[in-house]
Amino acid sequence: MAVLTINGQDYALPDDPRTTLLDFLHQHVKLFGAKKGCDHGQCGACTVLIDGERMNACLLLAFQLEGKAVTTIEGIARDEELHPLQKAFVSCDAFQCGYCTSGQICSGVALMNELEQNTPSTVWFESDYTDNEDIKERMSGNLCRCGAYANIIDAVNIARNDKGAS
Amino acid sequence: MRPFSINRLTDVNHLSTIDSFDNSRFLAGGTNLVDLMKHQIETPETVVDLSGWESANTIEETDDAYQIGAMVSNTDLANFAYRKDDLSLLSQALLSGATVQLRNRATTGGNLLQRTRCYYFYDTNQPCNKRKPGSGCAAMDGFNRIHAVLGTSEHCIASHPSDMAVAMTALDAKVKTMNPAGNSRHIPVRELYRLPGDTPHIETVLGGDELIVSVDIPKRPRGTQIYRKVRDRSSYAFALVSVACAVSLKDGVIDDISLAFGGVGTMPWHAKSAEDFLRGKTATSHLYEQACDVELSAARGAGSNDFKIPLIKRTAAFVLEQAVGQQMAHPYHQGAIHAR
Repeated sequence: MAVLTINGQDYALPDDPRTTLLDFLHQHVKLFGAKKGCDHGQCGACTVLIDGERMNACLLLAFQLEGKAVTTIEGIARDEELHPLQKAFVSCDAFQCGYCTSGQICSGVALMNELEQNTPSTVWFESDYTDNEDIKERMSGNLCRCGAYANIIDAVNIARNDKGAS
Repeated sequence: MRPFSINRLTDVNHLSTIDSFDNSRFLAGGTNLVDLMKHQIETPETVVDLSGWESANTIEETDDAYQIGAMVSNTDLANFAYRKDDLSLLSQALLSGATVQLRNRATTGGNLLQRTRCYYFYDTNQPCNKRKPGSGCAAMDGFNRIHAVLGTSEHCIASHPSDMAVAMTALDAKVKTMNPAGNSRHIPVRELYRLPGDTPHIETVLGGDELIVSVDIPKRPRGTQIYRKVRDRSSYAFALVSVACAVSLKDGVIDDISLAFGGVGTMPWHAKSAEDFLRGKTATSHLYEQACDVELSAARGAGSNDFKIPLIKRTAAFVLEQAVGQQMAHPYHQGAIHAR
């Protein structure tokens, strides 16, 4: 049976090939953490991890993901323990209405891995970029309409330091 | 989205087993095609799913070329190119495009074939010769701030959106293709695209059943490389104008130069006239704007996009000056200008 693994559990692929991963999560798996914002890959509210890489679930057709491991916001915490970035979002008040937060946290978790793996971003070609500018560039695929960005940068920085210490 | 059926392709040699390519589209990462299918601009009856085509997901290095598999993601290609001095331009262009989420999914072959972001192409209530041949062009007298000024026709002024394709044009890359009969051909990216003319819906020289297998980039020293992208916000936006430039000097004379423009052309624009003007000349600052004037003599604005003509001229002149300056300061320098 063709399956898709979501947060460690296997699910049969949908019959209709038009089903996007985002709609599959909502309609078949009843996981509503990944949000439908623009539904056209422009806002990042639906960001999930596919084999550890962040992608827009609204542009992924579920049938193409056979055998892949999907992690949604519901799978970011370890059992009862929140991920360091989730804790940092709480402590920094890094969200307002919260609609885009799950996408931002999935994006931020991937971002932390990308920095650890030393993968470049476009600001690396500038001579005098700062770490905060690098984080802003890497978070630019997650658009919030309420202007909470500054606290998100604080949260990412705190979580990165936490992780380094643990 | 309209209903469609799936054919899966896991090996390019099995292309011949697909019955028909009528009303069919190749589906790679889907970051553009799925979006177009949601808008019902693309309504294929069949998609040929390439997600299981593993062998196209690798980058091979030979003595004289990098062979980038068609399914290599934009992220993987950018990361690879970042560590190669002769591909710096490509990494800069890729990383300036879209977002990490999209680059993780988008593919090398798909990126080259992405469609324009012209508003009127996307709005199915508007006439568009590219979407519906013969229906007219709403952009011509409409909001055309993002539209092309080079290679346009009275039928279409849509700009080509890809950053990567501009870099591939400057690097003189070639696409390798295959068709169901097993015939393979190499097409320079500079010859892959077609000007709109009176058939703007035909965008490339590829056949409907012809699949991009890889993109081959010749290995060679290219001097200082800069991709400069100018846009309304500093991240996650298409280029208003962009310049891809690679320059090397010999005794103060421009020896080797590659120049391509993005955002201004109906296809990734190889600035060949400017290159020819500059090659062999002593590098001086008044030269660069002259070279751009030669290239831009055929440029035509449609009103709201008139500003792109002086903007591309100044941006290209600035980039040339910067790259030549780096060559002067560090003879035989190759790659990006890094301070770190």
